[in-house]
Amino acid sequence: MSEKVLMKGNEAIAEAAIKAGCRFYFGYPITPQTEVAAYMSKRMPKIGGTFLQAESEIAAINMVIGVSSTGKRVMTSSSSPGVSLKSEGISYLAGCDLPALVVNVQRGGPGLGGIQPSQSDYFQATKGGSHGDYHNIVLAPSSVSEMALLTAKGFNLADKYRMVCMILADGTMGQMMEPVAIDDIVIEEVEKPWALTGTDCKRPRNIVNSLYLKPEELERKNFERFAKYKTVEENEVLYESYMMEDADICIVSFGITARVSKNAIVAARAKGIKVGMIRPITLWPFPKKPILEAADKVKAFISVEMNMGQMIQDVELAERCKKPVYLCNRTGGMIPSPEEVLASIEKVNGGEQ
Amino acid sequence: MKEFKRVTLFAGHYGSGKTNVAVNYALMMKEKGLDVAIADLDIVNPYFRTKDSADELEKHGIKLISSEFAGSNVDLPALPAEIYSLVDIHDRYAIFDIGGDDRGATALGRYADAIKSEDDYELLMVINKFRPLSRTPELVLEIMHEIETTANMKFTGLVNDSNLGAETTAADVLDSVGFAKKVSEITGLPIRFTTVTRKIFDEVKDKIDNLMVIKLQKKIV
Repeated sequence: MSEKVLMKGNEAIAEAAIKAGCRFYFGYPITPQTEVAAYMSKRMPKIGGTFLQAESEIAAINMVIGVSSTGKRVMTSSSSPGVSLKSEGISYLAGCDLPALVVNVQRGGPGLGGIQPSQSDYFQATKGGSHGDYHNIVLAPSSVSEMALLTAKGFNLADKYRMVCMILADGTMGQMMEPVAIDDIVIEEVEKPWALTGTDCKRPRNIVNSLYLKPEELERKNFERFAKYKTVEENEVLYESYMMEDADICIVSFGITARVSKNAIVAARAKGIKVGMIRPITLWPFPKKPILEAADKVKAFISVEMNMGQMIQDVELAERCKKPVYLCNRTGGMIPSPEEVLASIEKVNGGEQ
Repeated sequence: MKEFKRVTLFAGHYGSGKTNVAVNYALMMKEKGLDVAIADLDIVNPYFRTKDSADELEKHGIKLISSEFAGSNVDLPALPAEIYSLVDIHDRYAIFDIGGDDRGATALGRYADAIKSEDDYELLMVINKFRPLSRTPELVLEIMHEIETTANMKFTGLVNDSNLGAETTAADVLDSVGFAKKVSEITGLPIRFTTVTRKIFDEVKDKIDNLMVIKLQKKIV
């Protein structure tokens, strides 16, 4: 299918997952991600897949654990409060070294919060979010076509590293419509000798488990897992560098706010202010290196995000406090306007703030 | 035959552009000097809905009736009693923007009997061949059947709203007419009109019958 279709971000995730070989979807409706489930409910029965609306988010994530144990590609999706409910299962997936794709189309929080877009689950997504020593790979799409591409990539990464890969989108990304052609999806097949597929009495049993009562053994497991995480950090960082060649100010922003920031950058450059952007596409692993390199060239950073300032901490850590980092933010479901970001750029450029 | 029925209802697959079509249809009627009100019956999608165009509609003197919760972030599928005024008061034109798919059409069921007994309405199926789940006439038929069953009403016509958003070209619109005609042939329903943006109107105006120009459109960064 090279012809373009008009898709919502949520639909693009669902269609890309199907094209990436996912035949199992378990979820529970919640605004603003419900179209993922709605799309799956229409498509899966037609292609021999399984769509199941679970009785709760907790049930859905445990079904994901079950299917993933058998080596099949599986996913679930939700929005912020629902992802919190799934967090226990995500830790179990990490503890069992099971691959899975988890989608979070974020809305305002905490608590039930609201239904309008937000990026306030950044901490939850990138710092583990549930109990224990672990990481998820976190991908942050910034367009409907990236929703599709990163979904497919997410399955490949999850299988390759036996990790949970999370798509961290927001309500706007999920609901907005853009023309896309979902045709360059590459399935990277990975051998899964650990999967529970039945021994046929020909091999020893496989065991999928996260319980290790001997501390020495659990420590060793965590060391092994973190050696793997190091490989991910070394090899899988993705980011976009935008107008950074001569930039005096570096915006760091992901997802929908990166789009808003691009408009502000164009407007700022028209006024003669040299500003560029590093857009993290992987939020974990975070693009520390390009930000550290930029710190020697720019006079300041601005973290543009839809929360009270979460990614800004990673920006400060990455650039090791070489240059000041300012925050330009809205929260609670509000989206910063290009004018607001431009005003922030002008302030920082003028030395105020 | 008079140009407009007393009641015009727009239904279709979600994301096909029903709200956009309904709002622009109301503006067009108003421009012809008709007294028109519009009701937002969408109980499914709390994100993009008629209420987003409330200011514009008000500016043109078009009454909008929608859930008091619409756009308030309260995800509550409730409809105001005032909607009955569009069904009961027969000296004003009424437009209904129905929610997407069969689920969205559920809300229409409760007004269906009154609308049918007045017998001065058209129920139009909004189709967009560029939407992934309505890319073949067969898929459109499937959605139409689901909506008719839920709404307890039969479609009377089609609206060809095929578009790729801001990237839509004249060729895309021309190309979609064949698709709409195919649906028209199978269902026996007329294509009431094809939508087109102002930008490409001139390119297609001599090639497509019954065009409606989309003047008011929502935009995202």
